Amino acid sequence: MNPKLKELYNKIKKNGLTPEQEQKILLELYDDATHDFPDESSGAPQTGDEAFRTTSQNIYTYNDLFNLQAITALQSTHNVSIRSIDELLERDKQREKDGFPRKINVGRLIKPGRGGRDKVVVVPSTVEEKFIHDTSLQTEEEQPYGGSGDGEEGEVIGEQPIRAPDVQGGTGPGQGEGGQHEIESNAYDLGKILTEKFELPNLKDKGKKRSLTRYTYDLTDKHRGFGQLLDKKATLRKIVETNMHLGNLTDISDLDLTRFLVSPKDLVYRILSREKDYESQAMVFFVRDYSGSMAGKSTVLIVAQHVLIYSWLLYQYAMQVETRFILHDTEATEVPDFYSYYNSKVAGGTQVSSAYRLVNEIVEKENLVRDYNIYIFHGTDGDDWDTDGKESLPQLKQMLTYTNRVGITIAEHAHGKTNNSEVEKYLKKSGLLEEKKDLLRMDVMQEDADEPRLIEGIKHLISE
Amino acid sequence: MELIDQHTKKIMEGCKERARNAGLWFQEESLEYIVTNRDLLELTPKLMIPTLYDYWVHDVEVLKEKGRYELYPSNPYETVINTRPAISFYNDNNPDWMNVMIFYHVLAHIDFFQNNLYFRHTWDYDFTGQALSDKRMIAKLRSEKGRWVDYVIEFVRGIDNLVGYHEELSRRNRRPKTKRSKMLDYYFDVFLQSEKNVKINEYIKEIERYNQCINESKALGEKTFFAEVFKKYPEFDAIFKKSLQEKFDQKLDLIQYLLEHSEFLKKEKNNWMKPIIEVVRKTSLFFQPQIRTKIMNEGWASYWHERLFLQDDRIEGHEVDFARSHAGVTSMPRVGLNPYALGMRLFHYIENVADKGKYSIKFRRLLDTKQREEFDAKTGLGRDFVFNIRENLNDFVFINTFVDQDFVNRYKLFVAGRRLNQAKRVLEYYVKSRKAEDYRQMLLDGLYHPPHITIEQNKSNNGNLYLMHHFEDKPLVKEFITNTMLGIEYLWGAPVQLETSEVVQIEASKPQLTIPGLTTPIKEEKKEKEIKWQRVRYTMKNRKLSKEVIASEDRSQKTEDK
Repeated sequence: MNPKLKELYNKIKKNGLTPEQEQKILLELYDDATHDFPDESSGAPQTGDEAFRTTSQNIYTYNDLFNLQAITALQSTHNVSIRSIDELLERDKQREKDGFPRKINVGRLIKPGRGGRDKVVVVPSTVEEKFIHDTSLQTEEEQPYGGSGDGEEGEVIGEQPIRAPDVQGGTGPGQGEGGQHEIESNAYDLGKILTEKFELPNLKDKGKKRSLTRYTYDLTDKHRGFGQLLDKKATLRKIVETNMHLGNLTDISDLDLTRFLVSPKDLVYRILSREKDYESQAMVFFVRDYSGSMAGKSTVLIVAQHVLIYSWLLYQYAMQVETRFILHDTEATEVPDFYSYYNSKVAGGTQVSSAYRLVNEIVEKENLVRDYNIYIFHGTDGDDWDTDGKESLPQLKQMLTYTNRVGITIAEHAHGKTNNSEVEKYLKKSGLLEEKKDLLRMDVMQEDADEPRLIEGIKHLISE
Repeated sequence: MELIDQHTKKIMEGCKERARNAGLWFQEESLEYIVTNRDLLELTPKLMIPTLYDYWVHDVEVLKEKGRYELYPSNPYETVINTRPAISFYNDNNPDWMNVMIFYHVLAHIDFFQNNLYFRHTWDYDFTGQALSDKRMIAKLRSEKGRWVDYVIEFVRGIDNLVGYHEELSRRNRRPKTKRSKMLDYYFDVFLQSEKNVKINEYIKEIERYNQCINESKALGEKTFFAEVFKKYPEFDAIFKKSLQEKFDQKLDLIQYLLEHSEFLKKEKNNWMKPIIEVVRKTSLFFQPQIRTKIMNEGWASYWHERLFLQDDRIEGHEVDFARSHAGVTSMPRVGLNPYALGMRLFHYIENVADKGKYSIKFRRLLDTKQREEFDAKTGLGRDFVFNIRENLNDFVFINTFVDQDFVNRYKLFVAGRRLNQAKRVLEYYVKSRKAEDYRQMLLDGLYHPPHITIEQNKSNNGNLYLMHHFEDKPLVKEFITNTMLGIEYLWGAPVQLETSEVVQIEASKPQLTIPGLTTPIKEEKKEKEIKWQRVRYTMKNRKLSKEVIASEDRSQKTEDK
């Protein structure tokens, strides 16, 4: 166990804890996992063999094409499907107008690679609803499997680590499904789809503008006498003006154009000129809680939502988005790329304040406020050892002084009571949510939330 | 898609000849195609039927997590489809020996399709041909009606798992109607026997009385006979009339009922919807037997490809290749179920047992273990026996009848359980039971089984449609109810109600936070989970769903966590 953590724990304990809180903290404290990346080579369960990875196979998943002829790979070509996704979404909109609920989900699959080669794969998906039996009453644990071979009744024949979802973290949401209808696309496209089809709000005021050392040339300046393009309307106006001064135009009802004089100075041209380009630019901090309690679904959910937010901002700011990735347990660190952000395993305790402090430090040190619109999105399961936010709240308040939006997502654990996490409680208590409504948003969802819920959450986090 | 080359076709024809000689029966012609990835891309969403109607859902990834096989009773990756002629699909680079193996497998499937009685309703026509004309019809309608065609398809597909497949089969196998009156049949076959439970001698007396009446007057005999009956059982007339109505309605599944009785569909302007609805129903019916014979069908095909391949003189020298490939397909997984492996072993086992004459009263009367073991009547009828099975059974009956303790022992089968080991932070797989009944139950529980939902006519009033879910201890998937009922309401044109059972509340097992390394007890506690059911009624009216509880049921079910 980490002695530093132990010390921290003792300190917190002195301040008083409910048994429930203490239990949560202890759970993380004694968890000796580390924040490694999943080891790709040892993805297999430690003792179990191949057989234990195929257990979820139902008899109906077997098929001749694969089993006899090993025919599988069905990759759709990219441009065929990208057209169909627009059609599909168009159709979906029409459904709503016809009075039926929408049916298309745009699932996305992130395949982070090192060195910023993240791929977002858009998978349009749907469900055909029917009356079918719900087997989920039986938990997975209870569900019996078939088996064959030696072994007495009661004998353990194999093991599978329960941290499995984390081991496979590399593929993330919709893991391994690589179905035939994937559409490779970059985050920008996804952002476009999100904005247009899911009606995520467009940013009205994009805040401060920052000049870039970039020039564009355009026919914007006007010049009399010579130039590249005759501006006919302006020229005519000029001619009329001159002739009015000359007294050639006295009665509008009796125009005699033959008496009009045209001076060379009256010709107005448009002329090519250098323009300075102003663009607004965003800096997004993605902050993720990777403490031990974040194992499993909550992490997947948070990361998925962050990808969607990132895509949306990328579209809103016309690619002018920079990202910073912060991970925190009791201490916060900045990681260089999305790969590390996405793949780092969960472990350790939780102190939200550490992350907020780090964000504040970075912003101050690099003087980001001047040049950027700053967004901070924080994902957590709501646990915080700092149970009443004594340390986090001041940091949060400081953040609110410069940021365009702070969005906090809490993915609640299914087993806990709802609306009862520490972070949520102290945020509500602080009154900041009402006071700074335009700057601070919170979204609380269950860890089994689906995609529409995610997008709903994003709408809430970023709406004006 | 391209046909296989002449060389390969010749191999196929050789396989056919050998398969026929071994006793398989199938039609002369078959079509074999080479498929590329691009072909598969188009074929798989259409369930390998090249001519299936177009539908936008085919273009998107369908979410699979929830009840994939409950939703789609068809396998999108089948190598051979049940058409006339049968069509099968191949990789273009299979070596010859492998094609031989696959061909035998395919031929056994074709034999199964064309002989198993559960496929009876698919025998009289070519599905691809039918589908092609349906596809054109739908395309034409789509050009006129646009997206409304797709809505209709969507809504009917929402209930296409409720098609009356067994009713369809029973209709085919019904004996021709007798010339005698229905009333007479009902009186003797149902009323006296089931309603009144009359004694045999009374029954015979009635028959005699009837014969006497007929003898007295051919024309009026029946009338005089029933005059007496009405006197004796004044209620008979009413019961009989009621039975007529019941019989009539039982025949119709939900889709048929909509077609027949929906005021909405009866309207002139909605007439075009009917053929679409028919197409979806027909397609669903076509695929129904496939999913109900998965274990048998794959078992049968594996059984034959093994047997015939090893006897084939053309592939000498490839025994090792075959062995490797065959084992890959038909080995029993340590944990999990493989229909090829299970079905094949069960056929082998049954053949063996039948060869020894053990499916006989003589054997069943034996009590001595040793005698039972050594029993061998050398009937040599094993082969006939399995052919009989392939003709007459489906998965349910197959498993329910033939998975016995000897089978389970012989292949060392067991039911595997899974539990959490908190200390080691692993899921453990363990041998849960080696009892045949447990194994059988586990298999049966895994079989495809759509909910049983019928139309309650006496509860349908004011034009409402009242659906009754006959509860089998499994609730319906809640999230799907709204949209499914929305579709039915659209097609029915009036409010739709569904009566079903739901869980009142599962006593939430406390979030057991365990602390690794600390002294919290790790041993699993046996806790009793109590599930209470209540009967609820959903009403879909004007595209709005409402729910009311109508009764909570006493039958609480106790399950034990082990």
